[in-house]
Amino acid sequence: MNGIEYVLLLVGAIFCAYRAIVSKRILTSTIYLACISALVSAVLYLLGAPQVAVMELSVGAGLVTVLLVYAVSVVGEDALDPASVIPKPLAFIVVGLSAILLGWMVYPSIQLSEQAGPIDLASVLWQNRVLDVWIQIVLIFSGVMGVLGLLSERTPEGSKEKHS
Amino acid sequence: MSWTPMNIVLLGIVCLFGIGFYGLLITRNLIKFVMVLQILIKGVVLALVFAGKLSGNLGLGQSTAATVIVADTIVAVVGLALAVQVRRRFGTLDVPKISTLRG
Repeated sequence: MNGIEYVLLLVGAIFCAYRAIVSKRILTSTIYLACISALVSAVLYLLGAPQVAVMELSVGAGLVTVLLVYAVSVVGEDALDPASVIPKPLAFIVVGLSAILLGWMVYPSIQLSEQAGPIDLASVLWQNRVLDVWIQIVLIFSGVMGVLGLLSERTPEGSKEKHS
Repeated sequence: MSWTPMNIVLLGIVCLFGIGFYGLLITRNLIKFVMVLQILIKGVVLALVFAGKLSGNLGLGQSTAATVIVADTIVAVVGLALAVQVRRRFGTLDVPKISTLRG
């Protein structure tokens, strides 16, 4: 069967995504999330997008995982997911119907185009999408501010927290 | 529907979207919200590269996917910082408990 590698990688990613959702412990979900990033980056590589695959692997499986583990270590005992407000069967039915509807609407419109545009990421990014680069710079600056907030030890005034 | 690699990837994207939306509906923990958003964005990144490949303009798909990855990382950083500060202020990460809006 052609495309068995896609099947294996995507089934693995979907399984990890489901386990990440249903796991009670946040740390376990974090490990599953890193696995999803690794598997999705392999799919991206197979699709012919190696630069984005490397970004996804380094950022998704590396940086975000480290940040999540740090956040879990800070919040400590509270890192357990309580039971959902919405009944799970109802949520499952709603999402299942939505996914089927989405696939049914999207699938007929998909056809492989024969026209070949510019493939080189650098030429697209630095010539056609320069605004994206500037937006990314601003976003990274915002991220640095966010890390400062994450690392801040100061408790806000009027805190209701009694224990240290 | 034949099981070509393109159809398999499309099915995987729809499944990732579905699991992400299911997670958004059932999750109450703030940190887990950030993780569920990450799962959704992975589906989006895959969809962008897939669309670029289908349209024969893979460079554009990669460019937009790279921007989305950067934005997603910043969302994760700011969301986690917010969650840590909320935990320090309210003592919990449960979304219904920290909601102060009435009515």
